[in-house]
Amino acid sequence: MNRPTRGYRVFQGVNGVILTLVVVVTLYPFVNIVARSFSGERQIRAGEVTLWPKGFNLTTYRIVFGDGAFWRSYGNTVLYTVVSTIVAMTLTTIYAYVLSKKDLRGRGALIGIAVFTMFFSGGLIPNYVLITSLGMKNSIWAIALPNAISVFNLLVMKAFFENMPAELEEAAQIDGLSTYGILWRIVLPLSKAVIATMLLFYTVSFWNSWFSAFLYMDRTELMPATVYLRNLIAGATTGSNAGAGTDQLSQAAANIQSVTIVLTALPILAVYPFVQRYFVSGVMLGAVKG
Amino acid sequence: MSTSAMTGSPPRTEPAQDPPPPRDIPSGRRTWRQALRRDWQVYSLALLPILFFLVFRYLPMIGNVIAFRRFQPGGSILGEDWVGLRYVDMFLSDPAFWQVFRNTLWMGFLTLLFCFPVPIVLALLLNEVRRTALKRFVQSVSYLPHFLSIVIVAGITMQILASDGPVNHVLATFGHDPIRFIQEPEWFRTIYVGSEVWQTAGWGTILYLAALSTIDDDLYEAARIDGANRWQQTWHVTLPGIRPTMMTLLILNIGTFMAVGFEKIMLLYNPLTYPTADVVSTYLYRTGIESNSFSYAAAIGLFEAVIGLVLITSANQMSRKTVGTSLW
Repeated sequence: MNRPTRGYRVFQGVNGVILTLVVVVTLYPFVNIVARSFSGERQIRAGEVTLWPKGFNLTTYRIVFGDGAFWRSYGNTVLYTVVSTIVAMTLTTIYAYVLSKKDLRGRGALIGIAVFTMFFSGGLIPNYVLITSLGMKNSIWAIALPNAISVFNLLVMKAFFENMPAELEEAAQIDGLSTYGILWRIVLPLSKAVIATMLLFYTVSFWNSWFSAFLYMDRTELMPATVYLRNLIAGATTGSNAGAGTDQLSQAAANIQSVTIVLTALPILAVYPFVQRYFVSGVMLGAVKG
Repeated sequence: MSTSAMTGSPPRTEPAQDPPPPRDIPSGRRTWRQALRRDWQVYSLALLPILFFLVFRYLPMIGNVIAFRRFQPGGSILGEDWVGLRYVDMFLSDPAFWQVFRNTLWMGFLTLLFCFPVPIVLALLLNEVRRTALKRFVQSVSYLPHFLSIVIVAGITMQILASDGPVNHVLATFGHDPIRFIQEPEWFRTIYVGSEVWQTAGWGTILYLAALSTIDDDLYEAARIDGANRWQQTWHVTLPGIRPTMMTLLILNIGTFMAVGFEKIMLLYNPLTYPTADVVSTYLYRTGIESNSFSYAAAIGLFEAVIGLVLITSANQMSRKTVGTSLW
């Protein structure tokens, strides 16, 4: 090792400060939102809440927890996420398995069909027209089906299957297993790592999504939590309730926004420390193979 | 294939009378009939996924013909009768369109200007951190915003910028009047780009850090022997080392230039900020889906897609000519 020069040590110090700032800037908005969600309305309005809750109370949580519409949207999110993820996992897994068969005739075309859609898409209007004419409005299928295969995830899974020892499948075939049997009894049990990663990718993306529900779910009782939150925010931005007389009300609305943000982000934040490294390795794999 | 040594001479007999062909014929020499007979179960697995791609990916591509056909809600998704370039002429002579077009270029340009270099700088800084625990901590924190719903990001942005939020709190301590950021058109671009950087910077470093870790240590050693200081090493070894990654991401960024953060703009804008916030994709959402002018909006969407295509192809060409990296 050669000794670091004086200039380099100064740089290290400055670098440490910059990276600390990055951490602060990234985390501060979360801290502030959480603090607001536990704070009193008066203290928020006075702009006193920065790091810690001021005028600590759980009133807003009680209001939101007591709100049937919020729970219904939360339940919808869970339902949409579960169903969409199951559909997506099924289709992605079987297609990735097909594409991983290196000596399959027409494999190039089958891969091409998928990869082409990474660069070209139909656009908003034709998609909307299609979903509407299929009669899928106000149905869970409008959310689950059009997003069932993420080509990125597909390529990651395909790469994983390709790296599996071919001898295993050959042995199973000699033992008389059909392709379906091989996939179900040999390949899938050996692919728990990639399946878990893909489950994670899909679950998070469906949990976070809002636009397809916003487009295709007209009835409020079908909204997921993200659209519920979006409507809260939209109500606040248009300034429709910013009149002087309703100040109290809009203030409460801002408070409810914080609580809703916290509750909607909570599942993600709770699993985040355990799962982020899977995401990172998944992205790397996808980038290398894609 | 591990068993290819067994492939002596492939059977040249009539394929229909073949017993199931041996497993190890390379696919190039197998006829479709043999392939189907042998792999029909594999092909059957592909049916549903292919149906998915045809219906939900390729049908909408064809559906774009409604940009040139009159479309009746409830009628055929391919429209009723040809009207030529009527809808194209319509938006080309629509002053509102040109306004959103200008906004799109502005927003795309600003996004590229700020969102592209920040991850590179961040990755370079992280790369200089010697303590692994610290490095990992900073990375984990900086990825976090990427995992949140865009609705949550928009919500947080608005709370932070609210008249009672922390930003106005800081302004107040300097004796400044509160600013209603979300209602002011002149603030929209700053807010949009700022929140975009906040959300994407950390995640964007992943690929650069990977590229950095592949740079050969001997190159640094050689540079040191040649008397290069730290900056010179960064300039002559590190940056050239991640250049292919940079170019690839730059091309991809240019490819999405026109499709500037549609969802985030939808969430952050409001009629007061339309003058700066309204972009082609939000305009086409409003004309198409809110006002039911499907053909008109489809024409705008097609125009947007063509520009995007031209941008990404020319960026790719330029990159291939100048630095030898390209997507295809």
